[in-house]
Amino acid sequence: METQKSIEFDDVSFRLPDGRTLLSDLTLQVNRGETLVLLGRSGSGKTTTMKLINRLIDPTEGEVRVEGKSTLAWDPIQLRRRIGYVIQEIGLFPHLTVEENVGVVPRLEGWARDQITARARELLMLVGLDPDRFASRFPRELSGGQRQRVGVARAIAADPPVILLDEPFGALDPITRREIQKEFRSLQERLRKTMVFVTHDVREAFMLASRIGLIREGRMILLGPPDDLLQSDDPEARAFAECFHDPQPAGNLS
Amino acid sequence: MNLLQFLLGNHRELSDLIMEHLFLVIISMGIAILIGVPLGILLTRRPNLSKPVLGFANIMQTVPSLALFGFLIPLNIYLFHVRILGGIGARTAIVALVLYALLPIIRNTFIGISGVDPAIREAGRGMGMTDRQLLFQVELPLALGVIIAGIRVATVICVGTATIAAAIDAGGLGRYIFRGLRMNDNVLILAGAVPAALIALAADLLLGYVERLLQAGDAIRRESRKILWTAGLVFAVVGIFTVMNLFHGKTSGRVAVGSKDFTEQVILGELLAQAIESNTALAVERRFDLGGSLAHEALVAGEIDMYVEYTGTALLAILKGQPSKDPQEVYRRVKTEYANRFNLEWMKPLGFNNTFAILVRGEDAQKLRLKTITDAAKISARWRAGFGQDFMSRADGYPGFARTYGFHFEEIREMDLALTYRALAEKQVDLIAGNSTDGLISRYGLVQLVDDRHYFPPYDAVPVARQSILKEHPELRDVLDRLGGILSVDEMRKLNYQVDGEKRQAKDVVREFLAQKHLLSEKTLPQQN
Repeated sequence: METQKSIEFDDVSFRLPDGRTLLSDLTLQVNRGETLVLLGRSGSGKTTTMKLINRLIDPTEGEVRVEGKSTLAWDPIQLRRRIGYVIQEIGLFPHLTVEENVGVVPRLEGWARDQITARARELLMLVGLDPDRFASRFPRELSGGQRQRVGVARAIAADPPVILLDEPFGALDPITRREIQKEFRSLQERLRKTMVFVTHDVREAFMLASRIGLIREGRMILLGPPDDLLQSDDPEARAFAECFHDPQPAGNLS
Repeated sequence: MNLLQFLLGNHRELSDLIMEHLFLVIISMGIAILIGVPLGILLTRRPNLSKPVLGFANIMQTVPSLALFGFLIPLNIYLFHVRILGGIGARTAIVALVLYALLPIIRNTFIGISGVDPAIREAGRGMGMTDRQLLFQVELPLALGVIIAGIRVATVICVGTATIAAAIDAGGLGRYIFRGLRMNDNVLILAGAVPAALIALAADLLLGYVERLLQAGDAIRRESRKILWTAGLVFAVVGIFTVMNLFHGKTSGRVAVGSKDFTEQVILGELLAQAIESNTALAVERRFDLGGSLAHEALVAGEIDMYVEYTGTALLAILKGQPSKDPQEVYRRVKTEYANRFNLEWMKPLGFNNTFAILVRGEDAQKLRLKTITDAAKISARWRAGFGQDFMSRADGYPGFARTYGFHFEEIREMDLALTYRALAEKQVDLIAGNSTDGLISRYGLVQLVDDRHYFPPYDAVPVARQSILKEHPELRDVLDRLGGILSVDEMRKLNYQVDGEKRQAKDVVREFLAQKHLLSEKTLPQQN
């Protein structure tokens, strides 16, 4: 029987060589198929948490497990190829076309050329980009929203069980962001992947999260369904909750 | 004769020199790229190496080329029986050019890769690229434009510096430039400099085009990029192959005759070469025009077997000995020292002394009854003198000269040696210190004053040969002995003038001279003259 837990953190801390602590005593589980949103101000430790999952960094204390196995026991290359990764729009390779960008991981995995092309076109459709129009364009010939769609398509190209998204829509204008968030939500429902989503936009968090983890100065201060955040007495939680009620689109809490 | 006429009239020699030049540049750049790009990549992986490596490349760029040659020629380093370092000729020139080209290539590779957006690098790592995949699929393609820009800069520099290869007999357009400088002939200088500039421009445009192609990204598909990589690789392989061939040493059974890089030396080199060719069965390899003290270095290194040296130069510049006024004593000293220190033998002197000549106009000498330098010193207070930079600065030059004879000139003008003759003839100056064998002395009707206080050290011209080659081919000694005393100062002046003034080929002038002296065997007697 496979474990229900896709990702587990056990008392994980991460310190820089200079002694600064970016993350302390983090314990959490991400269930298969759920979307955990890590919410917090800039510099609170959200991205650090994410990088511990695909082993871009190793914990200084504690253990991170992916599919029941410690990340230190995984071959980092194998681990990363099972984890889709979307970062802010700059993550696309500027020297590759849209189709080539989407096909990066399948190519690394040694798929046949036709298979890669077919998969790339399928995914472009899935994220709402017409392959005939977009496949051979370069990233700089796309709008910000289109680039983000390509980024998502690239992350799921090799059908990884886990997807990490680090403020993927942060650089978009509010209207485009709203549209793409809606599309992403319907994609989520179809794909049923385990996702860890980092944002500082509380509305985005409420829209996409199964559960929200609120992080402040390297500590998880709240972890639960979105409603928990609204009912919490914690000052940081209330600050974010206020943003949610604020009629202005939040986005720049930092 | 204007430049265009010269280039048209010598188009075959010109195209040979251009080919030699291109060969040097292409091979050097190929090697520099093969070393520089991987080294630049290594630096991005080991950043703590970047300071020492870039520092070294930086220093290499500041080392003057003649100093670098002087350092490289005595080296004798082999790799799988192929000599890769040392000696004169293309090998050493290429090593020097590679060292000069490295800095821009290493630096741009390092900067280009380091300059790749860290977010892009992290995206690649996050997607599970290995370091090698990240390098070849992301970092190198993105840095390629910057790397090509570095190669472009290095190539343009290389085309320019390749002209100095002529100083060590490696050919190229530098031959025209050096010959032109020596003969004070602007057309010749331009004949070397203009094509070199055009090559540099063409290389710049071509590589600029490649750079734009690579940076355009969408204008170039992966296919054409593949072609570029393949072309580069083929190029490198062909280059290495050629270089391996090139780097084989001097063939045995031949005698290599060298010369320094001025007209008289080329004539004397030709004199030795033709005398040997005509009177022995040996084949002669000519390695003329070696700059600075490179002829001596090459002789010691065994790259050449003989050349004509001057006793005073050997004593002062090479042995760093104390000056002496007695020709016999100087000759004895250099002969013993050379035998002990270098296993080199001084043969019989050729007969003339190429020393400083204090010159005045013929009409002045007659009118004022000037015979000796002492005569001139008495009336020098209202005279203007013209001296070359060399004479002003060297140990046996102006300061001691003025003290010995008690000269006080109204004015001293320091100028290029070759220009002092004309300045004297045109009455801009009244006395100059020229070379006693300069052809211009007879052309301008100048008179050499007698060095009655024996101030100037003797510079007798003498063939110097490696002892081992004399042992190996005893007939060489006979030939060289027969050259003893055959050239008076007057005759040397005439030969110099025929080449410098009348623009005749040194080999023709020498053939006539040897025939006249009955030093040519029947088979090589000139038929056409």
